[in-house]
Amino acid sequence: MVSSVATEPDRQPEGGTEPLVRIDGLSVEFATPRGAIHALRDITLDVPRGKVLGLVGESGCGKSTLAYSLIGLLAENARVAGGRIDMDGQNLAQLKPKEWRALRGKRISMIFQDPMTSLNPVTTIGQQMMDIQYREKVGRAEMRARAVEFLEQVQLPDAASKLDAYPHQLSGGMRQRVCIAMALLTRPDLLIADEPTTALDATLEMQIVTLLRELQEKFGCSVLFVSHHLGTVAELCDEVAVMYAGEVVERGDVAQVFRDPCHPYTQALFECDPARIREATRRLPTIPGTLPDLRRPPAGCAFRARCPKAFERCMTDHPPLYDAGGGQAARCHLNDPAEDRA
Amino acid sequence: MLLYASQRLVLSVVIVMVAVSILTLMLHVVPGDPAVMILGPRATPELIEQTREAMGLDKPLPVQIVTFFGNILRGDLGQDVFTGREVSQIVFEQLPYTLILISVSILWAAVLGIALGCYSALRRNTWLDTLTGVLSVGTISIPAFVMALYSVLVFAVWLQWLPAIGAGEGFWDRVTHLILPSFAIGVSWVGYVSRIVRASMLEVMGQPHVRMARAYGLPDRWITRSHILKIAVQPAVTLIGTGVAHLFSAAVFVEVIFARPGIGALIVQAVNERNYPIVLGAVLVTTGIIVLATLISDLVIAWLDPRQREDM
Repeated sequence: MVSSVATEPDRQPEGGTEPLVRIDGLSVEFATPRGAIHALRDITLDVPRGKVLGLVGESGCGKSTLAYSLIGLLAENARVAGGRIDMDGQNLAQLKPKEWRALRGKRISMIFQDPMTSLNPVTTIGQQMMDIQYREKVGRAEMRARAVEFLEQVQLPDAASKLDAYPHQLSGGMRQRVCIAMALLTRPDLLIADEPTTALDATLEMQIVTLLRELQEKFGCSVLFVSHHLGTVAELCDEVAVMYAGEVVERGDVAQVFRDPCHPYTQALFECDPARIREATRRLPTIPGTLPDLRRPPAGCAFRARCPKAFERCMTDHPPLYDAGGGQAARCHLNDPAEDRA
Repeated sequence: MLLYASQRLVLSVVIVMVAVSILTLMLHVVPGDPAVMILGPRATPELIEQTREAMGLDKPLPVQIVTFFGNILRGDLGQDVFTGREVSQIVFEQLPYTLILISVSILWAAVLGIALGCYSALRRNTWLDTLTGVLSVGTISIPAFVMALYSVLVFAVWLQWLPAIGAGEGFWDRVTHLILPSFAIGVSWVGYVSRIVRASMLEVMGQPHVRMARAYGLPDRWITRSHILKIAVQPAVTLIGTGVAHLFSAAVFVEVIFARPGIGALIVQAVNERNYPIVLGAVLVTTGIIVLATLISDLVIAWLDPRQREDM
C-alpha cells in the first residue's frame, strides 16, 4: 500500500479550478471484538467544485463509510486511522466534535437513504425546516417563508400547506423531496446523498434524480452521490469513483469510465447491470466470489480472487492507481505501462 | 385531537360503568348479609327485614344495580352505617390527602426516573450507568411498606430530619410531612421509569432521524430533548398512567404506617368495621381516578406524538 503512493498519477484535471474536497490517503477502521475492520484503505479522491461525483460499488465496499466520514458521522466504533480530508484549508479528518457541528448543516449537508425514517416523526415538516435554520438571525416568519420557497424548489405540490403536516402524512417520494429541500435550504458547498433513491420505486427514482440534477445546476454546489445503481450514476454524475473492498479501484469522467472501463471489477459491474441485458435470460449475471475479509485485507490486489484476468503479480503486488489517460485511473496492473512492454 | 379526546372519554365512562357493575355483583356474591353484618348476631328477624328494606336489598338484583347507578349519577354513595353521614362527603374529605400523596409520588418517579434514565442512556456502559441499573433493580424489588418503615426509621427516628406522623398543618408543614410517605411510594417507580426510559432512549438514539438532526449540526441538548426524549418518554407515561392503580394500593399501606388521613386509611378502617357503603364508595371513587389517570396518560401521549392521535 505504501509503495503505491509514489506512483499515484496526478489528480484529475479540473479545468483549472481547485477541487472542493481533497481526500488524501484516508483510512478508516472499525473496532470490533474480533479485530479491526479496515473499512477504508488509502482513499485518495477529489470532490470537484460545483460538480457531481458518483460513488459506486457493491454493499460493504465502503462507499457509505466514505460518505459519512465526509460529514463526521461515522459510527462510535470507527476511527480515522490515517490520511487527510482537506476542504478549503481545513483538515476534516482532525476535527473536534464542536468544529464538525459548525460545518454540518452549513457547509456540508446530507440526504439519507430512507426518507420514511429520516424525518422526526413527532415534529411538523415546517418546524423541522425552521429548526435547521437556527443559526440564522431572522424571525420565524422569514424562516417559514424560506421553508416554503425551498419546498417549491423541490416541486412539492401545495408547498405552504405541507408545513403543518407531520412526516407520516406524506408519501415516501414527498418525504425525500422534503429532505432534499432541507439539505438545499442550508445552501451547502457539499451535498452528500447516500443512496437517496434506493428506498423509492423506479418511477420516483428517476424523478428524484432529475430533480437533483436540476437543483445542483441551479445552486452550483458539489454533490457526492452514493449509489449502487449504475443508471442513476450515468444520468446524474460528472465524475465517478468505483469502490471495491474499501479502496477506490477506478475513477474518472463518467462518460469515459462507462464507455471504456479499465478495471476488471468495473467491467464486471457493468456486465452485471440488469439494464444492459438485451436478451431474455433465466439467470442474471453475477460476479462469482465474495468480498475479502477486511479484518485481514489481502496482500496483493483486493479483487484478484474474483478477477478473470488475474496473473502472478496480482498475488503479491498491491496495485497503485495507474493513470489511464484523460483523468481516468484504475487500480489494476493491466494498466501499468510496464505490463504492456512485457 | 378533539375527536380523539372525546372518543377516549366515552371509552373511560364505559370502563367505569363496567367496573361499578362488577363491584356491585361482587358484593352480592360475597357470603353474608350486609344487614346482619350491621346489626350483629343478636338482631331480631323483624329488624333485619326492616334494615334490608331500608338498604334496598329486598329488591331484585337488576333493580338494585340500576338504582345504584342512579344514585351514583346523583352523587349519592349511600350512608355510613355507624354515623349515618353521607359516604360521598366522607370520601371526598379524605380524597385530597391521597391525591396529593400520589401526585408527589408520581413527581418523584417522573423527575428522578426520567433524569436517571436519560443520563444512563447518554452515558451507557459507564460506572454511573451500572450503578443506576443496580439501584433501579434494587428499588423495584423493595415493597413500598418496607421502604416506608425504613425511611421512618432513618429519617424520622435516627436523623430526626423529617416528621413521620400525620399530614401536618399549614403549607410548609404539609410539605415536610409529604416527603417521606411520597418517597416511600415513588422510589420503586424511579427504578421502573428509569429502566424503561433508558431502554427506549437507546432505541430512539439509533433511529435515522436522530442522525439526520446531527447532520444539520443541531446542538446535542436540543436533539436529546426534541428528537429523542419526546419519543422515548412515551412508554414511561403509559407506565405511570397504568401504574396509578398500584400507587393507590401502595398508598393504603403507607397511609397506615405514617398515620396519614386518606382513602387508603379510610378503606382499611372501613373493611375492619365491615362498613360496606364506605368501602364501596371509596373503591368506586378510586376506580374513577385510576381510569381518569389512564385517560390522561393517553392524552399526554397523543399530545406528544401525532401518530398516536389517529390510532383509534
